[in-house]
Amino acid sequence: MARAITPRRKAITTVIAWTIGLLIFFPIFWTVLTSFKTEAEAVATPPRFLMFDWTLENYATVQERSNYFRHFWNSVVISLGSTVIGLIIAIPAAWAMAFVPGKRTKDVLMWMLSTKMLPPVGVLVPLYLLFRDTGLLDTRTGLVIVLTLINLPIIIWMLYTYFREIPGEILEAARMDGATLRSEILYVLTPMAVPGIASTLLLNVILAWNEAFWTLNLTAANAAPLTAFIASYSSPEGLFYAKLSAASTMAIAPILILGWFSQKQLVRGLTFGAVK
Amino acid sequence: MATKASKTAARLMISPAVILLLMWMIVPLAMTVYFSLLRYNLLMPGMESWAGFENYQYFFSDPAFTSALVNTLLLVGGVLFVSVVGGVLIALLLDQDFWGQGIVRLLVLAPFFVMPTVSALVWKNMFMNPVNGIFAWLFKSVGLQPFDFLTAAPLMSIIGIVSWQWLPFASLILLTAMQSLDSEQLEAAEMDGAPPLKRFWFIILPHLSRAITVVILIETIFLLSVFAEILVTTNGGPGTATTNLTFLVYVQSLLQFDVGLGSAGGVVAIILANIVAIFLMRMIGKNLDA
Repeated sequence: MARAITPRRKAITTVIAWTIGLLIFFPIFWTVLTSFKTEAEAVATPPRFLMFDWTLENYATVQERSNYFRHFWNSVVISLGSTVIGLIIAIPAAWAMAFVPGKRTKDVLMWMLSTKMLPPVGVLVPLYLLFRDTGLLDTRTGLVIVLTLINLPIIIWMLYTYFREIPGEILEAARMDGATLRSEILYVLTPMAVPGIASTLLLNVILAWNEAFWTLNLTAANAAPLTAFIASYSSPEGLFYAKLSAASTMAIAPILILGWFSQKQLVRGLTFGAVK
Repeated sequence: MATKASKTAARLMISPAVILLLMWMIVPLAMTVYFSLLRYNLLMPGMESWAGFENYQYFFSDPAFTSALVNTLLLVGGVLFVSVVGGVLIALLLDQDFWGQGIVRLLVLAPFFVMPTVSALVWKNMFMNPVNGIFAWLFKSVGLQPFDFLTAAPLMSIIGIVSWQWLPFASLILLTAMQSLDSEQLEAAEMDGAPPLKRFWFIILPHLSRAITVVILIETIFLLSVFAEILVTTNGGPGTATTNLTFLVYVQSLLQFDVGLGSAGGVVAIILANIVAIFLMRMIGKNLDA
């Protein structure tokens, strides 16, 4: 950039940008702050900002009353499980489409994407009945299956856009040197593909963690992940803002941190490579 | 050069994914279509009988359907409007040079990572609650009556909550697109004396048009299926004021156990989503050739 920017202009932009950024972030900040208040202080008027007795009791209460960590663990198992299984199925498929493209590769890719366009509510009834009849309702296995399938197209697409950027010449050179398909994948491709696979994993864990249609409809008490557990706070019970905040803070903190790390890959993954 | 052996291997590698997705697509879809043609209520097991298009007739003549359709369109349209207009403005702002750019970008992006149930409940209780919410306090402190958002303007409130979640997505994508704009072009226009508004209208906006289309299409796919935010805030009410198509099907099939009617609604939702999907797929398909 050759354009000179006056310090004055930069200062004004800084103020405006920070104001908007903080306003957008405020609900999250407020949730975290409220989680450290007592229930009485959480509803105090005027709202207490930093001058209150900080307490950790809400975190203890939330765990005690409803076994928070079981739901947290459900979220971990479901989001990681569906992502890892998805990757195991998707990596070979994306690899093949990126390096051995056939006439119909593009059609297959587009068709896979089209399955993602299916509105979940369109298949809610049969899936619910299938799950009920096979005993998968309210099990982690059931949710892992569903989330693997709904996110599989995104995983394949994201991996495909990464793999396509690996220069084919390197593979040819390896082949000339007599590398077999197996060693080609193991020693040449894998090291180059690891960053792409890692960011695919990250984005998919985030999407699965926050998925709130199937997790709400297919679970009850046992397999409920955090999305469903937090929803149980929708029926108010006395003073509960501080407890709701503590439960929410624990539910969003890990994913917020992961998300901040993956913001660059996010654009590519969510637009199927249409915006880079 | 792909050899014959590698082609066979490639097919083998693709097939698990294809078979799984094929099953995922065909089995439930066929069942939905089939159920939609039956009289089938879970409360009366064993009483299933052929209904033809009866369910569709019921569904379309149900006043709840019309209001669900209108609510769906308002919800999608409202959130799109906020997130695209707001997203362009935020992208313009964040593209400027200022101190702490990286941090502000993280702050703006953050709501996208908040799970729907959390954001809906936090907004409902801690902000929009007419007694204890922050908005009520703000209203009172400037001498106004507190406003009961979710009762007096339920759909608008939900549009607000969902917009808060999707504005970051639009901003991030539009900012990414903005950064690929050739700055020399802008400088040349500036040298030729083009005022900022004209530069925006004739250079920046056309450059962003593709990204804006992508944002609109992708958000539409997700917004047609908004569910959790409605479930935990208004439960579709008051009346059917916040019932969208997704929520209506949920009520009919899982609360009223009318599998036939719910399935008919599901088929309608699929058709609606497909209209959007066709446009999106064309855009992405074009990009694949480029």
